Amino acid sequence: MSAALRSLAALAAGLTFGLGLALSGMLDPARVRGFLDVAGAWDPSLVLVLGGAVTVSGLGYAVSRRLPGPVLDARFDLPGRRRIDAPLLLGAALFGIGWGLSGFCPGPAVAALSTGAVPVLVFVAAMLIGMALHGLLPTAPARNAPSVRPSA
Amino acid sequence: MSTYLPPLAGGLLIGLSAAMLLLLNGRIAGISGLVAGLGRPGRARWLADAAFLLGLVLGPPAFALLAGRWPEMRIAANLPVLALAGLLVGFGTRLGSGCTSGHGVCGLARLSPRSLAAVLVFLATGMLTVAATRVLA
Repeated sequence: MSAALRSLAALAAGLTFGLGLALSGMLDPARVRGFLDVAGAWDPSLVLVLGGAVTVSGLGYAVSRRLPGPVLDARFDLPGRRRIDAPLLLGAALFGIGWGLSGFCPGPAVAALSTGAVPVLVFVAAMLIGMALHGLLPTAPARNAPSVRPSA
Repeated sequence: MSTYLPPLAGGLLIGLSAAMLLLLNGRIAGISGLVAGLGRPGRARWLADAAFLLGLVLGPPAFALLAGRWPEMRIAANLPVLALAGLLVGFGTRLGSGCTSGHGVCGLARLSPRSLAAVLVFLATGMLTVAATRVLA
């Protein structure tokens, strides 16, 4: 029962995310590249996407700190690592290069699959291959080994 | 006004989504992590993660129904560049444990120093890449 409710909640949250991306302009790679083009014809408007999102997300996080657990599950599943290490920085650097080349990051690219546009399909297929390649790394650190925040 | 209001409203919706997923299911709305997790179907929470991604894909058609038009999508890069970019985004987000949503929307909201570092780095290399492609073009 609660598994079904969790899936329904996740579907609603995903739809909200996709609607927000579509409304925000993040699905338009030309505009995203304009936002990154600080040395040229910089379009700062997309700063408001991150600003608005972090504000509401932060309110949600503040509320979560006062709850013993999430409504539909046993515990909050949050990343617990704190150390800024080489994989984090190298990975972020590579991701930024791909983001700048294409104007797509993962969320907008996945949402844009609904357009059926061939360039989006190519990007997402390559993204999945890139993720799979990382999975083949012998030194790949254990993913998704979250530390559970003790309930306050 | 029309330049700034949709990004702000869209950002608020994205933040609402992250808050919903956290408060209801206890999960971080990190798209690259959710996508990578689809490859492990036996996992607990697989169904909910897949449902989130299904909702994400349904977002633009829902927008089209409400707004009477599809969201604008202008893609300048050719297919080989998009393929290279996709490889970098896929590999980089796994190595770096997140993307714009997990590190940006969720990590900054939690004041995570790892996420702040990641966001500064991917913004910097993204900006440098756009500047470099403009110089080379």
